[in-house]
Amino acid sequence: MAFITGAARGQGRSHAIRLAQEGANIIAVDLCRQIDSVAYPMATPDDLAETVKEVEALDRRIVAREADVRDEAGLKAAFDAGVAELGPVDIVLANAGIAPMALGEEPHQAWQDVIDVNLTGVFNTVETAIPSMIERGQGGAIVLTSSTAGINGIGGASRGGLGYTASKHGVVGLMRSYANTLAPHSIRVNSVHPTGVRTPMVVNEVMQQFLESDPAMGQAMANALPVDMVEPVDISNAILWLVSDDGRYVTGITVPVDAGFTNKK
Amino acid sequence: MAGRVAGKVAFITGAARGQGRSHAIRLAQEGADIIAVDVCADMPGMPYAGATEQDLAETVKEVEALDRRIVAAKADVRDFGAVQAALDDGVAQLGRLDIVSANAGIGSSPCAAEELAEQTWQDMIDVNLTGVWHTAKAAIPHLIAGGRGGSIVLTSSAAGLQAYANIAHYVSAKHGVVGLMRTLALELAPHSIRVNSIHPTQVDTPMIQNEATYRLFRPDLDHPTRADFEPASQAMNVLPIPWVDAVDISNAVLFLASDEARYITGVPLPVDAGAVIK
Repeated sequence: MAFITGAARGQGRSHAIRLAQEGANIIAVDLCRQIDSVAYPMATPDDLAETVKEVEALDRRIVAREADVRDEAGLKAAFDAGVAELGPVDIVLANAGIAPMALGEEPHQAWQDVIDVNLTGVFNTVETAIPSMIERGQGGAIVLTSSTAGINGIGGASRGGLGYTASKHGVVGLMRSYANTLAPHSIRVNSVHPTGVRTPMVVNEVMQQFLESDPAMGQAMANALPVDMVEPVDISNAILWLVSDDGRYVTGITVPVDAGFTNKK
Repeated sequence: MAGRVAGKVAFITGAARGQGRSHAIRLAQEGADIIAVDVCADMPGMPYAGATEQDLAETVKEVEALDRRIVAAKADVRDFGAVQAALDDGVAQLGRLDIVSANAGIGSSPCAAEELAEQTWQDMIDVNLTGVWHTAKAAIPHLIAGGRGGSIVLTSSAAGLQAYANIAHYVSAKHGVVGLMRTLALELAPHSIRVNSIHPTQVDTPMIQNEATYRLFRPDLDHPTRADFEPASQAMNVLPIPWVDAVDISNAVLFLASDEARYITGVPLPVDAGAVIK
């Protein structure tokens, strides 16, 4: 049983499908609304419904709820509803994230929004899931989605870009602390660090203009392997290895899925 | 998920026993044919018995029992010519090369850095660092000639990412492997050849299950045993286990070797029960 945030589309939907293909049931949450400081269109209720449809087409069960990772109580209500219907959670994927970079007049709120979603939202997600995982005593696996911007000082000098990089670095600190504190319960915690992934968060007009305008940020797409971006399933496959028994003794590690970007810096 | 490396050929050094044999079996289970080498001898400074030709024959038997092909040869990774000859012969017989596991390595007796004999230092560097480079050097032309990319996995250690007292030569060699990995990843990316390193904590193999390792971890005892070693080894990890099994490293090698990791390169990958973050 996997609890996945940001599951309406992009990487989150891909994780839901990939884990369902391998037999997992899914609790899927997504905000399904716009945040004002985010310049590209965010996921919709229709997107989340599509994730539900694709998981159910695999003959797996899914409970999907609209919930905001910034709202711990709302997130917990969604989690509890899923557990009540599908049973206890073994796998947590804190995937929800935003990239509020913009050209020109930048919303002052961009810094706070990206910290709230990408860092506090990850904290809320883990805090929501761990009491029941510890109580159950069966161990488990948590994967926090960071970024190459969680390892490198990329993302540009805008409020949103700085916030993005800071939030993704912060996720690594959370990951390492949780890995240490949850290890006695055999709950493993790791982070993944994608380069650019072909999702609506990256492949949109605003982000493309932003990348073209700022050479430092544009470099974030210059991978070592001869590919411009990776696909959502590449991140899903890394997560699948981390959460499966194949990764049963892997904890506290950062896994770049970045086509050699970090190594090339 | 059967056949995750179906149709591919993997070159594995140190394949007679321990992690190397486990890698050969695990990759064969998922459809790969194997080119296996091992020195099959005691090595200088190694405070435990080396693998034997019988061990290598056992690896051959176990791979063949999986209906995969294997070409095995006795070769010392310190001898580039021997590694190259064995690999060239394997590629000639099996037709291609896709995966490289530079796994051969030795452990050592505990010793303060300033008291290490010069030869002990040199032997360690020769096997655990230069041997890895020899393996890559022999393999890269075949991978490039194949034109299909490839995956090279270098076996480092948790000691390739952090210090452990009284094995300076081992720590240095294993750190060196990371530098080699990063450089190879950069050089080979244009060919879609990926290079990563794996960093195990203690693995339940003959390299650690011996009295020299027991003494490294239990200097307080005259003749420490496996049972004495167990709690000391567990203290290295954050997960509540004393060591991992060879197959846990093999599963990481398999992941990195497979197309599931097609865009992962230049990455040091701990399989260490949290030893590095502790």
